[in-house]
Amino acid sequence: MRRETLFNTALCLGLVAFPLWAQATDQPFLITLATRAVILALAGVGLNIALGLGGLVSLGHAAFFGIGGYAMGILASHAQNYDPLIEWPLSIEGTTSMPVIWLIALAASALAALAIGALSLRTSGVYFIMITLAFGQMFYYFAISWPAYGGEDGLSIYVRNGFPGLNTLDPLTFYGLSLAMLALGLVVAWQLARSPFGLALNAARQSAMRARTVGLSPYGLRLTAFVISGTLTGLAGALFADLNRFVSPTMFSWQTSGEIVVFVILGGVARLFGPVAGAVLFVTLEHVLGGVSDYWHIYLGALLLGVVLFARGGLIGSICGPAVRHD
Amino acid sequence: MSAVLLAEQILNGLQFGVMLFLMSAGLTLVFGVMGLINLAHGSLYMIGAFAAAAVAGATGSFLLALVAALAAAAAAGALVEMLVIRRLYDRDHLDQVLATFALILIFSEGTRWVFGSFPLFLDIPPWLSGPVTLPGGIQYPTYRLVLIGVGLAVAGALGLLITRTRLGIRIRAGESDREMIAALGVDIRRLYTIVFALGAALAGLAGALVGAIQSVQVGMGEPVLILAFVVIVIGGIGSIRGALVGALLVGLTDTLGGLFLPRLFALVMEPSAAASVGSALASMAIYILMAGVLIWRPTGLYGARA
Amino acid sequence: MTDPVLAVRGLCKRFGALAASRDISFDLRQGEIHALIGPNGAGKSTLIAQLAGGLKPDAGQVILNGDDVTALDTAARARRGLARTFQVSDLAGEDTVLQNAVLGALGATGRRPRLFGNALGPGALRGRAHAALERTGLGDVAAQRVADLSHGQRRLLEIAVALTLSPRVFVMDEPMAGLDGAGALRLRAMLAGLKAEAPILLVEHDMDAVFALADRISVLVEGRIIATGTVDEVRVDVDVRRAYLGDAP
Repeated sequence: MRRETLFNTALCLGLVAFPLWAQATDQPFLITLATRAVILALAGVGLNIALGLGGLVSLGHAAFFGIGGYAMGILASHAQNYDPLIEWPLSIEGTTSMPVIWLIALAASALAALAIGALSLRTSGVYFIMITLAFGQMFYYFAISWPAYGGEDGLSIYVRNGFPGLNTLDPLTFYGLSLAMLALGLVVAWQLARSPFGLALNAARQSAMRARTVGLSPYGLRLTAFVISGTLTGLAGALFADLNRFVSPTMFSWQTSGEIVVFVILGGVARLFGPVAGAVLFVTLEHVLGGVSDYWHIYLGALLLGVVLFARGGLIGSICGPAVRHD
Repeated sequence: MSAVLLAEQILNGLQFGVMLFLMSAGLTLVFGVMGLINLAHGSLYMIGAFAAAAVAGATGSFLLALVAALAAAAAAGALVEMLVIRRLYDRDHLDQVLATFALILIFSEGTRWVFGSFPLFLDIPPWLSGPVTLPGGIQYPTYRLVLIGVGLAVAGALGLLITRTRLGIRIRAGESDREMIAALGVDIRRLYTIVFALGAALAGLAGALVGAIQSVQVGMGEPVLILAFVVIVIGGIGSIRGALVGALLVGLTDTLGGLFLPRLFALVMEPSAAASVGSALASMAIYILMAGVLIWRPTGLYGARA
Repeated sequence: MTDPVLAVRGLCKRFGALAASRDISFDLRQGEIHALIGPNGAGKSTLIAQLAGGLKPDAGQVILNGDDVTALDTAARARRGLARTFQVSDLAGEDTVLQNAVLGALGATGRRPRLFGNALGPGALRGRAHAALERTGLGDVAAQRVADLSHGQRRLLEIAVALTLSPRVFVMDEPMAGLDGAGALRLRAMLAGLKAEAPILLVEHDMDAVFALADRISVLVEGRIIATGTVDEVRVDVDVRRAYLGDAP
């Protein structure tokens, strides 16, 4: 446990120090890269609530990531074009305010997670994997064939959205905002894991029968976890879209879902900081290997295969030894 | 809408359905016998298509191309089974998903490395191109009609293989009790390799056959893989019959949804809006079908186990 | 006579050609240990699954505290006071002993678990869990992981989790299985004290324990209850002797 705490502390310090160093040495590109890692980490932290704590292998989290992204894209594009979102029965304008966008992204992805979860959780195991993957693909095709918001080409916005009192155009400020959201996500995940709900969910993951025998319904526990999980990933999607000032159906693609799972696994499943370590590792590999070869996904594939077959605890597991659960 | 158009679309739906069946059959067999979820099944589809395109390009023979597709996909399947998949049978589903996701990355980028990013084209041979006239005066492409025939023939042959042959009996025994058939002296490792290669060959065949009417490119397999998952969820895991029924349902729903939904909305909306709303909803039709089956029968139409 | 706490009326269950439960009726009264015995394959596990709610009967009713619970699932029956222990321990193996006991205490509240706070912090949950662990002698190993417990300790933990539920009725599936002599004796003493709190339906192969503990015994053979009575009545029952010994005395 000590080593893991040490590792996590080092990781947090690095997340604070790295962009400051990049700023001092005038390398804004590296700040953008770090922002990308932090936002993807938040998506992974969201998934890990379902995957690590609940044992729900969702291959459809791109749906929530994309919904968050499109919530940003749709609201901001309406606001920038002075084109009301709805005119009847009452006129609703778009917005370029991040807090409002975030709230709507949270609500929309929660709703989607509730619907997808309610259906998918009627099954388990391999059915659940296939169904979440399929529902993710449904959103992908819908985004492609719905012409109002760019269809296949996606949707660009001219200027990054604003946050009251902050200059979000400054890379370091936007990084700080993203890091604050990641911290919030980690607090939520940590709190859930130690709560009575987390205890029950974790028990239901190990034995659904045991949970039922003491009068707890695994379905309700899992649905709650799935909704919270999808909601956090949706928030990450809104931030990601704002980082790129662009949303496209790619955010909904099965590759996105797969990559979010990969962050969690590369770092170490069911560990609070696993997705953070995984996302940092992923973005680093993408940057370093992507510079060496256009075909860097081969190396990523080989690494992932190696982790699955030989190093099941992921990065944190390899460095800090097997997981020790709370207490 | 004319009856001819409807008949054409039904045939298109059938053609799409039988190709989905070729994909789903292998997946559902591998899951039923080995309990493995294989995301890399779409890569085998892609390998079949690329092998066919390469051999057709070199020799000009479509039949040789099909043989190459079957052989390449089966060989790739057998190789992958022996090197990687075999280590995953007693792992949980998460490990299986991750390892086979890693295989997709390796196969896709490897293919891109060898063949480049541009799509290849596989031509329909002259003796299968052009339309045939069906009863009722319907003009329909010969090649697509042949696809329906091939798909149904493979379905029939697979049914016979499973119910009538020694291998089929062992496959079914492997589904119900693997320890027992191992105790009876059946080489279970070889059986698994054979089943996996068989599923791979079917996927490769589908890739080659569809490659002649679409372009052959990296990433072509995964959308089909996900549709095959929808088929299996609808049909029930492990059931060949379920895969056939599910595949035809999905094929017909997709084609007919694309035909009817825009027209349905045109009754209440202006034409351009109806076209976009209709086609957007048509893209969701099969998933709505899947959701309906989930509500009605969570383990699929022919599925027994959860 | 008081109303039975748990009653079964005309329960039937078939699996294809196999009739696992044939018109089974019996009841469990306040304050008693009612043992259910029978040879392997007699249908005891199927019967327990139908009592606990894991398996729907083809016909018949399960009545708990006077209410027909046949249509309710396992969790709903647990919330109505049915505590079941498993033949093969079914605990959260990665978790600690205390966490497993807190899980029971959590279920006993009958409410949805809260999303905030510390499950293991001082409070009602922890207090209830500790009380159950102390009663079963597991207080000293509360911080150990279940995976590291001995077989006997896991059997006790099964019972401790059931105790946290403060149930109206216990259904215990072979609690003595695999215990050594001393362990079995200790458990026997505990069960004898427990029945005053809630009656116990005891499925057990350990005949010494059954004959020492049971107030009544039902004998299940080939899915049918062939005899119900006190220990002495069952010992001399003609059908029971025929089923077990192959002939009448």
